[in-house]
Amino acid sequence: MSRAIAIRLMQSIPVLLLVAVLSFILMHLLPGDPAVVIAGADASPAAVERIRRELGLDQPIWQQLLSWFFNLAQGKFGSSLVLNQTVLSAVGERLPVTLSLAALSLAITLPIGVTLGILAAYFRGRWIDAGVMAIALVGVSVPSFWIAIVSVILFSVTLGWVPSAGYAALLTAGPGAWFASLIQPAMVLSLFQIGFLARMTRSAMLDVLDQDFIRTARAKGLSEWRTVGKHGFRNALVAVVTVSGIILSLLIGGSVVVEQVFALPGIGRLVVQGILARDYPLIQGTMLLFGFAFVLINVGVDIVYTLVDPRVRYD
Amino acid sequence: MTDAVLAAASTQVLAERRRFRMLRQLAAHRSFRIGLVLVTILVLCAIVGPMLTGIDPTAMSIRSRFKPPSARFPFGTDQYGRDILTRVLHGGRLSLSIGFSVALLSGIFGAVIGMAAGYFRALDPYVMRLMDALMAFPAILLAIGIGAALGSQASSIVVALAVAYVPRTARIVRASVLVIREMEYLQAARVSGAGDLHIIVKHVLPNSLGPLIVQLTFVFAYAILAEAALSFLGIGPPPPAPSWGNIIAEGRDYSVEAWWVMLFPGLAVSLAALGMNLLGDGLRDVLDPRLKVET
Repeated sequence: MSRAIAIRLMQSIPVLLLVAVLSFILMHLLPGDPAVVIAGADASPAAVERIRRELGLDQPIWQQLLSWFFNLAQGKFGSSLVLNQTVLSAVGERLPVTLSLAALSLAITLPIGVTLGILAAYFRGRWIDAGVMAIALVGVSVPSFWIAIVSVILFSVTLGWVPSAGYAALLTAGPGAWFASLIQPAMVLSLFQIGFLARMTRSAMLDVLDQDFIRTARAKGLSEWRTVGKHGFRNALVAVVTVSGIILSLLIGGSVVVEQVFALPGIGRLVVQGILARDYPLIQGTMLLFGFAFVLINVGVDIVYTLVDPRVRYD
Repeated sequence: MTDAVLAAASTQVLAERRRFRMLRQLAAHRSFRIGLVLVTILVLCAIVGPMLTGIDPTAMSIRSRFKPPSARFPFGTDQYGRDILTRVLHGGRLSLSIGFSVALLSGIFGAVIGMAAGYFRALDPYVMRLMDALMAFPAILLAIGIGAALGSQASSIVVALAVAYVPRTARIVRASVLVIREMEYLQAARVSGAGDLHIIVKHVLPNSLGPLIVQLTFVFAYAILAEAALSFLGIGPPPPAPSWGNIIAEGRDYSVEAWWVMLFPGLAVSLAALGMNLLGDGLRDVLDPRLKVET
């Protein structure tokens, strides 16, 4: 077991390195000069030149890449140019927001999506099946930020049920305010994943429900609940786990846009802010973090596989 | 060997017959038909619509600011008194062209990279690791980064979105090439002395086209949605020239008082993406039966 995990982690090292190189390249693609950003628009050329030397931007690009890697290995992500704090502390401050949002959305998406998927497979071709198909189509066809704005107009402005924007921290503002600040964005995010999860669960269940052991289970007189829920769903679980990993990635990616609409101070907002302000170290650091998170989610999914389905092996 | 050559010949005949059957299946497929109608209507609106209204989409009029939908302004007007219907029709030209260009670029580069990786096995690990690394970033984030790097104009949005979707397309092409290269007709071509280029162009490409086309209809839908999202974040095609995305972005500040400004372009984006998704579902069921979800 631990050997399998070690192998899978080692396999992800080349991708992680490439992700780091790509983050670096992307930063150097951005037009403009970080030295000018720091020095300000009306600094003298000499001052800009001094800052450039201090940042090491006068060195050849491969040397900059090497020294960046060297710093990363020591856990130094650099400092933001605009925020007056290190990249690590800026990320650390905002991480709980994005994680809370992703966790809450996942908590909404998983039970609803899986239940709908099982029901759609069981009642194949009936109205609930068509309904799941419709929800899935909405999820891939409607812009999330547009739904978010419409939802704010409806639930915050007109009905006044939940705040329209802002984040209340769990520890300082209490669980009630925290929940109220996140429930609307989390629902909007989930709306786009529930249909996807339900479709995938449905097709996995359809494959399983046609198998002989399901007929056997029925023939020996098991209740429908045990047949479908235990024998059926257990075997569809591998597919559901994969999709859940993809969904976690999509939720984090989707939070980039949704955090903007609801003015939630999360990582997505941080990186957009960084890109618009040409805050190079911040962009580099956050992109790297996103890339690492996604690679690690995939590794996590593969490891959960081996737990769910003992037949899966890594050699 | 003769067996192999015969197999190649009969594959040709079968392919002809299969093509007719596919067209019939497509014509009978419900979601394909709905999607086709939706997309055709929207494309026609974008091409012909602007000529019919005959109004300049950027013409401002202080007297008719924030007019709700009426007979004169069916979709209402915005903060500058511009006619939203005209702007949505013109915006369709830009948004649909962006979607089409992204699909085309992703298709060309995705096909070349995917076929190279799938056919020349020595290249495979390097190429696909790079694609994996690109896919480690959320597509929208990659597009924001590249879009910001290239400057906000329609062409840089196209490049940014294409970079985001090429890896996903390449992976799909590679997967079908891996199946095709083990086929008998390919071995037949090889023993008949065909070169790599001939095999790729004549055999691998046509046979991997199905999954590729399916993927590209979905890329088209994603690209329309992503253009809207990028505009919303301030990295889309710049105003005053309308795109669906930037009409919504501009209408956002007035979304409570003048809901119609962002409602109609949002509906247009949704209908276009819905149409492409339905088309894609239909094409997938017919062209790529392996992936068929329905039973």
